[in-house]
Amino acid sequence: MVERKIMLLHYYTGIAIIALVSIHIAMRLIMPFSESLEFSNVLNNYKNLPYTISLELLLITVAIHGFNGVRIILLEFKQGKAWESFVKFLTLILILIVVAWGTRTIVLTNLM
Amino acid sequence: MEKEEKVRIKVLRFNPSKERKASYESYELPYIKGFTILDSLLYIKENLDHSLAIRYSCRMAICGSCGMLINGLPRLACYTQLSDVKRKEIVLEPLPNFPIIRDLVSDFEGFFEHHKSLKPYLIRKGEEDIDENKREYIQHIEDLEKYLQFSVCIKCGLCYASCPVASTDELFPGPQALSQAYRYIADNRDNGLEERLKLIDNPHGIWRCHFAGSCSKVCPKGVDPALGIQLLRRYLMSLRKPKKKLAEVYRRAY
Amino acid sequence: MSRKRHKTGIKAWLKPYGYSLERWSYFFQRVSGVVLLLYFIGHVIETGTITGGFEVWLNTLNFTQNPFGHAILLIVILSGTFHAINGIRLYLTHQGYLLGKPERPEYPYYPKSFSRAQRVCFWLSVSIALVFFLYGFNILFGE
Repeated sequence: MVERKIMLLHYYTGIAIIALVSIHIAMRLIMPFSESLEFSNVLNNYKNLPYTISLELLLITVAIHGFNGVRIILLEFKQGKAWESFVKFLTLILILIVVAWGTRTIVLTNLM
Repeated sequence: MEKEEKVRIKVLRFNPSKERKASYESYELPYIKGFTILDSLLYIKENLDHSLAIRYSCRMAICGSCGMLINGLPRLACYTQLSDVKRKEIVLEPLPNFPIIRDLVSDFEGFFEHHKSLKPYLIRKGEEDIDENKREYIQHIEDLEKYLQFSVCIKCGLCYASCPVASTDELFPGPQALSQAYRYIADNRDNGLEERLKLIDNPHGIWRCHFAGSCSKVCPKGVDPALGIQLLRRYLMSLRKPKKKLAEVYRRAY
Repeated sequence: MSRKRHKTGIKAWLKPYGYSLERWSYFFQRVSGVVLLLYFIGHVIETGTITGGFEVWLNTLNFTQNPFGHAILLIVILSGTFHAINGIRLYLTHQGYLLGKPERPEYPYYPKSFSRAQRVCFWLSVSIALVFFLYGFNILFGE
C-alpha cells in the first residue's frame, strides 16, 4: 500500500475510535458502576448485537491504529530493507493475532 | 578600575582523522558588549588557540555556514549575541544529525543530497514556447505570496539538526527539503508534482513528520518549515478529490 | 568519503524540553499512544477470560479491580483523553487548518505554525484530560 493510504487509514481509524470508545464507556456508565462488571451483565453486553458489532469494529480499528503507530516508531528507529519488511510483517501478524483473540471472545460469549 | 567581566566558552574538539573520542576545551575571554558567538570564536582563534576549526562566511545570517549547537539549541553563531545567551558558561558543539569534519565544522553533503533529490527547481511541461524563452512566466502577486516565505531558506541545516525524526531516520528528507519541495509545488509555474511525489510520499517521506515544531522554533530566517510541511501534506490529502487526476499522477510516479 | 553521523539518536525523542510547545505535544502523543496500546492488548486478554466461565471471570475481577488496577486505569484515562483530543488537533494541523497562511517574514520572526488556535487546542486537550482524570478518580476511588 502507498504510504499515503496507510496514513489516511491511520487518521480515519483514529476518528472512528473516539466515537466507538465513547459508546464503549457509555455502556458501562448507564448502570451503576459497581454492577457493570458482574458476570451476567458483561455477558448480556456481548449478546446485544448492535453493541457487539461496535465492539468488533472498535477491536479492529484500535488494532490497526495502534500497531500502525508502532510501525511508524520502528521505521523511524531503524532503516534498511530487511528491517522494513520485518516491521511490515510484524505489524500485520500482531494485528491479526489481537483481532483473532478479541473475536474469539465475542463469538464464544455469544455461544454461552 | 572596575574588574573586567569574563565569559567562559566550552568548545567540543574533535578531529575524526586523528582522534577517536571528542573532548571539550574551555576558553576564557573578556566579555565585550556587542560580540556575537562567532566574534568570540574568532577572538579565540586569533589570541588563544589557532587550531580551532570553524566555518563562516558572511557574518550576517545570509550564507548559513556557521550553524552550531549553542547551549544545546541549534543557532547561527553570527546571529547570536553573547548577551542573548544568559549563562556564564557557553557550550558550543557541532550540529547534531550531521557528520563532523572537525571541531565545529559539520559535513552538509547528505543534507544537500536530500535537498537535491526533491528537485528544487521549476519543472515545466507542455509549453515549449516558454521553455524556448519566447514568452515570460506569468505569475500573480497572490500566487507569489503562497510560497515566498519558504523561498528565503538559506540551507543552514538548523532545522535538520533540531528535528527529532531526522535524529534517527537518515532517509527522512528533513524539514528543509520538504518545505523546499512545497515551495516549488505551491508555485503555479511548476508542474513537477509527480516527479517529486515518489520521494515525498514513501515510508520515509512526509508522513514521518509529526509536527514537533522544533524546525520552526530554530529557523533563523522565519521560513517556518513546519507550516510548509503541513501545507504540503494538506495538498497531498486533498488530492483525492479529483480522483482521476490523482490516479493519473500516481500511475506516472510509480 | 563517507563520514559517520554525529547522531542525537533516540535521545532527541526523549528530550522534549528546550524547544517549543509542539515538541511536548509530540512527546506526550507518542508516550500516551504506547501506553494505550499496551493497555489495549491487556484489555483484550483480560476480557477474553470471560469465556472460561463465572469462576475464572471472578478471578480476573480480583486481579484487576483493586487500587493498583484502578491507578493504571486512571493513567489510561489521562493518556486516552489527551491522545484523542490532541489527535484531533494534529489531524487538523496536518491538514493545514488552524495554522494561518504563509506570508512575507517580518523581522522578529514568529512562526505562523505556532498559532494561537492550535496552542489553545493543545491546552484544551490537557485540561479535558485532567477533567476526565478527576471524574474517573471520583468514580474509582470516591465510593
